[in-house]
Amino acid sequence: MNIQFRENQEAASPLTVKTAIADCDIHPARATRTELYPYLAKRWQHHLEIYGVHAYQGMMEGPPYPKAQPNASRRDAYPPEGGPQGSSLAFMQKQLLDPNNVQLGVLNPLNTGQGIRNHELSAALCSAINDWQIDKWTSKDKRLKASIVVGNEDGLSAAAEIRERAGDKNFVQVLLLSRNVEPLGQRRYWPIYQAAEEAGLPVGVHAFGFGGNPITPSGWPSYYIEEMVGHSQCQQSALASLVLEGVFERFPKLKMVMIEAGFGWAPSLAWRLDKAWQRLRSEVPHVKRPPSEYIREQVWWTTQPMEDPERREDLFDVIKWIGWDRLLFATDYPHWDYDEPSRVLPAGVSEANREAFYLGNAKKLYGIN
Amino acid sequence: MARHVIAPVDELPPGTRKFLEIDGRPIAIFNIKGEYFGLMNRCPHQGAALCEGPLIGLAQSSNPGEIEYTKLGEIIRCPWHGWEFDIRTGQSYCDPRRFRVKAYPAHVEPGASVVKGPYVAETIPVKVESDYVVVEL
Repeated sequence: MNIQFRENQEAASPLTVKTAIADCDIHPARATRTELYPYLAKRWQHHLEIYGVHAYQGMMEGPPYPKAQPNASRRDAYPPEGGPQGSSLAFMQKQLLDPNNVQLGVLNPLNTGQGIRNHELSAALCSAINDWQIDKWTSKDKRLKASIVVGNEDGLSAAAEIRERAGDKNFVQVLLLSRNVEPLGQRRYWPIYQAAEEAGLPVGVHAFGFGGNPITPSGWPSYYIEEMVGHSQCQQSALASLVLEGVFERFPKLKMVMIEAGFGWAPSLAWRLDKAWQRLRSEVPHVKRPPSEYIREQVWWTTQPMEDPERREDLFDVIKWIGWDRLLFATDYPHWDYDEPSRVLPAGVSEANREAFYLGNAKKLYGIN
Repeated sequence: MARHVIAPVDELPPGTRKFLEIDGRPIAIFNIKGEYFGLMNRCPHQGAALCEGPLIGLAQSSNPGEIEYTKLGEIIRCPWHGWEFDIRTGQSYCDPRRFRVKAYPAHVEPGASVVKGPYVAETIPVKVESDYVVVEL
């Protein structure tokens, strides 16, 4: 009998899935504070050094709560060459892309240029992060695709950024966050949806954001765990706003992706919306059809953090309502609430649905052959 | 059950841990203040390398406003999802009914008894005059 010592502590995940997958929520990070500088005009580099960033919310560094793991990330995801988790392509390939057979990885950079009160700086930072995604990630690994990060509070400059990137195959969606200055359906954000629809790009709405509003509709909570569950409440109000302001009616080809906010709540929100709409329809005559119809037709959902009810039949009932063709598998790498591909889907799913869940839906939505 | 010699005692001082693979199973051995513990290095929740996480204490509350913090340094916290397990028993404090991590007894044996066997120690040269950390699985 041989005893083998573990040689490599940054070894890949112990379990892998054999079939190819898409990972629709990967968070690339900067290795250093100034990594974006080559993509920023000198004027903005100096501005950052002298004035810093003036955010909409009081917590200047972004996260309103301390996270449960360093950088809200897996402790085993530090690259061996240094830097925070998610900042090395080589290590991402070794730890995530290769062992899990990721065929399509969608990058969603957070803490970028969004939620900044200086809208010109916001636009410059977002454009820089978009160039950086090509340079550091998508041009070096063809499995990876970028999201167009836009200065969310200024619809016009955001739309300009989308139009500039339209047709560039490095990008597969536009990225927004769920917590903005106003609910996402409001008029100030319409230019974003218009430009995305014209470009044929889905708009992803990722949990988090820096609009300065509390995560809950009932005020600032005490605990990080309340923020974690609050993401789904926040996403619900964002989605209700999109429906009721008539965004889907106005932009009928617009596709939206709800990212990292769960999906178990989708049927109950739709039922409640439909019931209220039957009674209050005349208040919002621009919403011509029952709200659930827009949600079913124009919304997709990433899976992580995957709902995990005690009875798997409950999960299947929810998915059946949403549609097996609407779920997009995601890990959230390198964040700490990462979902391991081989562990999320219970037994009892047909081969066709499994393939759609893990890969097919994402390829179709994002136009990847 | 076989006994495996995993290291000379001075290679595993208090506060350190050693990772190894035995029979294809990833194992970690901890020295906590002179006590030795073996644990399967795979989280039963989603499969992370559990034993690479930090060792913390157990925060519990018997009544609102009263918090006891015990088992200092004896709770392993998963590097992914933060699930907590008792290093002595492998018990989960997050979902004890469904999950438990396999714990393996570990202790120190003098070289003289290790040489006699029945121990497995092909990769470690054993000297009679030294002491060794041994794990059973």
